[in-house]
Amino acid sequence: MSRFEVVRTGASATESQPSTPKNIPHRGAPANPSGKALQDKFGARINRVEVIWGETVAYVAPGAVKEVIQWLRDDPSQRYDFLSDLTAVEYRDAEVPIEIVWHLRSLPYRRFLRIKTQIPKGRPLEIDSVYDIYRAADWLERECYDMFGIKFKGHPDLRRLLMWESYKEGFPLRKDFPLRGRFSRSEQLRQALAQNPEARYSMEELTIADAFQELPEEMKKRLSKGERTGE
Amino acid sequence: MAKRTVEVELSTTGLDAQGRPQRVPIITNDGGSAVAVEAPPSLEPELEGEHMLINIGPQHPATHGVLRLVLELDGETVVRCIPHIGYLHCGFEKIGEYRQYNQIICWTDREDYLNSIGNNVAFALGAEKLFGIEITERCKVLRVIASELSRIMSHLVWLGTFCIDIGAFTPFLWAFQRREEIYRLLEKWIGARLTTSATRVGGMAADIPNGWMDGLRQFIRTFPHTLDEIDRVLTRNAIWVGRTVGLGVMTPDEAINWGLSGPMLRASGVDYDVRKDFPYLDYETYDFEVPVGTSGDVYDRYLVRFEELRQSVRILQQAADRLPDGPVNIDDPRIILPPKSKATSEMESMIHHFKVVMEGPRPPVGEAYLAVESPKGEKGYYMVSDGTAKPVRWRIRPPSFINLAAIPKMVEGHLLSDVIAINASIDIVMGEIDR
Repeated sequence: MSRFEVVRTGASATESQPSTPKNIPHRGAPANPSGKALQDKFGARINRVEVIWGETVAYVAPGAVKEVIQWLRDDPSQRYDFLSDLTAVEYRDAEVPIEIVWHLRSLPYRRFLRIKTQIPKGRPLEIDSVYDIYRAADWLERECYDMFGIKFKGHPDLRRLLMWESYKEGFPLRKDFPLRGRFSRSEQLRQALAQNPEARYSMEELTIADAFQELPEEMKKRLSKGERTGE
Repeated sequence: MAKRTVEVELSTTGLDAQGRPQRVPIITNDGGSAVAVEAPPSLEPELEGEHMLINIGPQHPATHGVLRLVLELDGETVVRCIPHIGYLHCGFEKIGEYRQYNQIICWTDREDYLNSIGNNVAFALGAEKLFGIEITERCKVLRVIASELSRIMSHLVWLGTFCIDIGAFTPFLWAFQRREEIYRLLEKWIGARLTTSATRVGGMAADIPNGWMDGLRQFIRTFPHTLDEIDRVLTRNAIWVGRTVGLGVMTPDEAINWGLSGPMLRASGVDYDVRKDFPYLDYETYDFEVPVGTSGDVYDRYLVRFEELRQSVRILQQAADRLPDGPVNIDDPRIILPPKSKATSEMESMIHHFKVVMEGPRPPVGEAYLAVESPKGEKGYYMVSDGTAKPVRWRIRPPSFINLAAIPKMVEGHLLSDVIAINASIDIVMGEIDR
C-alpha cells in the first residue's frame, strides 16, 4: 500500500485501448456522449453542439458557462476533472464575436470536450471565472486577461501576468493591436528607461512583509496616494 | 499506512568507527520506495520574528532562466511565494498570426528550446489535423524517433541541472556528454543542433541520411550504461534522498485540479500519459510502460523521469527495428514542396514550388487542438483557421507554465534551500512559459 492511492485513469481505467485516430472527417463525426448529455440537461442554454475534426465543441451561452463546467466536473457520468487549456479567439472579421475556449479532459472516461462561448461585439468582455472549480485556471485566466482584456469575474487576483503591471499599450493579442506595438520604438524605449527597477515590488508584495515602513519617505507618499510603484 | 524503517548502505564511500560501511535509516513503504519522514514538532518555541522579503532571480542560475520568485520568509521557512514571469515574453502567438503554417515551425523551436524537435513534431501533427492530412508510415516512425530523442535530451538537461542545484556535479557531466551525442545525430539528420525546424506540414524537412541508423543503434546500445551509472550514484545516495524526499508534495486530487501534467502529475500517482490515453503517431503499437510515482514529492519526480529515460530507449529500439521504406512526405503538390531538381527543370513543379512558398498551403475553415506528451507534460497546439494560409489564432498550451503555477502551493512551509530543489523538480523552460 502506498501513501496515496494510485489514481488509475486512462490506460488502465477501461479495457479497450484507444488507438490513434485515423481518417477523421472534417465535420460530422459522431459526437462525444457528453454533447447529448449537455443538451438534455441545459436545453436552450447550449446553443449548439458540433464536431470538427473529431473534437466535440459545445457552444454555451455566456451566462451559463460556470454552471455547465461545474456540472461537467461533478456529475459522475461526466467527470471532466482536468482543465487542459483556457484561451480566447478573436477573428479577423470584425463582425464575428470574440470566443472564449475551455479545453476539458475527463481522465477517467478518456474524453475531450471543447466548451466555447461567444461574447457579442459591444458587450463588455466579462465572463465568470472557473478558478473555484479548477485551480489550473489561475494563471490561464490571468494570461487571457493580460492578452485579450477579458475580465474573469470571481478570480481573486486578476493581474497582468506576462506583461508588466504598468504596461499601457492595451491587450497584445487583440486584432486591433498592431504587431509592432502601439507606440514607436523610441517611446517604448523611453518608457522602459523611465522605470525605476529598484521599485518594482508591487503593493501586494510590500504589504505582506511589512516592508512598507522601511521605504523612503518619498515612495511611501506615492504609494499611499494609490500610485503603483514603477510607473 | 504501513511504514517501516530500513537501513540503506550509503553508496558514497565512508566507514564508521568499526570499519563497516556507514548505514543511514530511510523510511520506506511496503512498495519499498522512500517516503517522507514526519517533520518533528518544532524544536524552538515560536519566536516573534519579523517576516523577511527575499527576492530570487530573475538573473539567478538556480531559477533555470529568468524566473523571479518573491519569497516571504519566517526565519528560513517560506510563508508565501509570489512568482513573476514574463521576462522572455516575445509574443510568439501574435507573430504566428502573421505567418504561414510552415513558417511557424521555426518559432516552435524557440519556445521549449530543450525539446525543439519534439515541438516541431507536435506542431506539424496539429497542423495536419487542421488540414486533414494522413502522413506516411515512414514519417510516423521517424517522428517517433525524433520525439523520443528529444525527450531524452530534455530529461538529460533536467537531470544535469537538477544535480547541480542539489550539489552533485559529476552526473551533470555524464548527462551532457550523452546529450552531445544526440546533438551530433540531429546535426547529421537535419543540419542543425538546437533550432532544428525538422518537420513540414505533411512530412519532414529531410529523410535520414545513409548510415544514420547505425549511429542511433550505437546510442541505444551504450546509453543505458550511463543511466545505470547515474542511477548507482544518485538513487540510493543518502544526501540525495535527504534533499529530495518529502518536498513539494502534491496529492493526486490536487495535482489534477492544479492542471499538472507529465512527470509532475504521474509522480503524484495519476496514471495519465497522452501517448497512452489519447495516442498519436501510433504510440499504442509500441510496447512501453508509464512510470507512476506514489508520494508526489521531488524524489518521486526524479524516479519517474529517470524511468522515462529507460522507456524512451525501449521505444527508440522498437522504432529503429520497424522503420519502413517508402516516401517520407505525402504526395500532394499543394502542400509539399517538389524536389529541388524538379523545381528547376519542370514547369509544373516550378509553379507548385512558387505557390507553396509564396501563398502557402491553406487549410479548410475550422479548428483543431492536438496534444502530445512532451518531456514537460501535455503540450497542446490549438489552431483556428478561417481558410487563409495564416492561422487566425495559434495557441500553445505550455505544460511548464501550468506546472509552474503550482509552485506557491509546493514551496510554502518548506525551507529556503528546498525552494531550489522543488523549482528544479518542475523542469521549467522559461522560453516556453513566457513565449
